[in-house]
Order: sequence, then structure tokens, then C-alpha cells
Amino acid sequence: MSDILSEIKAREKKEVAGKAEQTKPGPVFTPSVDIFETETALTVLADLPGVTQANLDIDLHEDVLSIVGHIEEDREPGENVLLKEYETGQYIRKFTLSEVIDQEKIRAELVDGVLRLTLPKVEKAKPRKIQVT
Amino acid sequence: MILKRLQNLPRWADPFDETGHLRQLMSDLGRRLYDEPHAGVFPFLNVSATKDHYIVRAELPGVKAEDLDITVTGDNLTLSGQRRILPEEENARYHRRERDSGRFSRAVSLQGPLDADKVTATLKDGILKVTIPKADEAKPKKIVIG
Repeated sequence: MSDILSEIKAREKKEVAGKAEQTKPGPVFTPSVDIFETETALTVLADLPGVTQANLDIDLHEDVLSIVGHIEEDREPGENVLLKEYETGQYIRKFTLSEVIDQEKIRAELVDGVLRLTLPKVEKAKPRKIQVT
Repeated sequence: MILKRLQNLPRWADPFDETGHLRQLMSDLGRRLYDEPHAGVFPFLNVSATKDHYIVRAELPGVKAEDLDITVTGDNLTLSGQRRILPEEENARYHRRERDSGRFSRAVSLQGPLDADKVTATLKDGILKVTIPKADEAKPKKIVIG
């Protein structure tokens, strides 16, 4: 099974360009996402390494979905940096949704630094037969 | 697999070794010119040290502990494993697919000697943290003048 897997390409984290001024100092990154849609729901998977449940904000306002994750830097006393290949900072990503989402039924799970957000679509009004009397 | 030597570790410099110094300058210049602060191999690593141990961190979101191998041989730490992305429902229509899955293998060379028996690792919220104690003879010793 593992023989057919390809090697993961090293990609630098994408820093948000032309961002609005942030209240917290430090870099802001765009998390990598997968987005797929089925008949009933829209699902967003986002890589948010280092973000805990308490540091994650998901907001759906009008039709803009925003995902904001904060990182708490882990630093031991007396730690000296020898090699820094990646930076840490906030994660921010926003999407405009074209579907009507059932706000009440949104589910979010954060496991091993991966967010899985399920956004169920509003059930279409069932066809109703109107009887003429 | 790419081994990356740590550049900034203090070394017992040979005052007559001009070529070593020159080589260092050239490599620094090269890195600055090409703006490449990393070895170009997944996963990227942040390495730091305290007086007793090295700390190696990597971002590995979605990687399970059982899919990760960590080995210490001599001065080298090797991380290898795979990141799986499970298939979704058949009728799922993808709008974006930016997350990668696959195998990876990365090694980093630390300035030894290391205490390979006491290496500890945690994988939490997608962040791997490996703590590698320096062997006793590599720790700084305080010498008391009697």
C-alpha cells in the first residue's frame, strides 16, 4: 500500500498578502484546504497545525465563512534557535458561500491539527401538491 | 533523502582554516541569493537547543503516531512516515484540493554525541516535538576552581 504513495512535496506556507492590519503582531498564513460538495452538504478540511479548539474561531456571517486560528508559541526556557525552516503565526481564510447553509446544523471537528467543517445545505422545499377544490 | 548540516553551531575553530571560513561565507551568500531558508524536503523542521537537549519540531497535521517513524542513529535524526487522506463519498465534487498526502522522509544532522536511549516525542494538534538529550560528555560542564 505504501509503495504506491508518492512523496509529499515540500511547500512553504503561504503568507497572507495585502492583509488588513492585524491586532496581533506576527505573520498570518493561509491554511491549505480541501473543499467538496455533496447533495446535502459542503465540507471544508483545513490544515491548522498547532491550533487547539480554544484558539479556533469559525464564523459564518451573511454568506462569508471565516476560519481564524491562533498559535501559542511553545518555547522552553533557555531555548536557542539553530535552524528555522518554518514560521508560526495565525491562520486566516475566508470563503464566500454560494449555497444556503443550515446554520443550526454546522459541525466542526478538530483532530490532529486538521479541521473538518460540515456545512449542511438547507433542505429544498418539498414539492407540495395543491389540490384544487 | 537530504541531510542538512546545522550551520550555526559553535565549532572549535581552527585559526588557520581559512577555506572553512570562506566556505561558510559562500554558503551563507548562496542561501541569501536564492532566498532558501530550508532544505526543500517535507517536513520543514525547526531545531533548537538548550544546554541539555535538542528540540526538533515539525508541522504534521493529520499524521497519526502509528504512521510516523523516528530514529536516531549517531548524530542523525530521521523522520519518516506517511500522511493519509481518506477518500470521501463517491459523489463528492471537489472545489479545492490543496492538501497533500503521501510518504515523507527527512533527516537532520545534530552535533553529537546524543543520548539515543532517552529520546522522547510527542505529536499533538499536528505538531511533532522530538526532544533529544545530549550525551553527558556533550553537556557543558562547570569547572570549579579549587
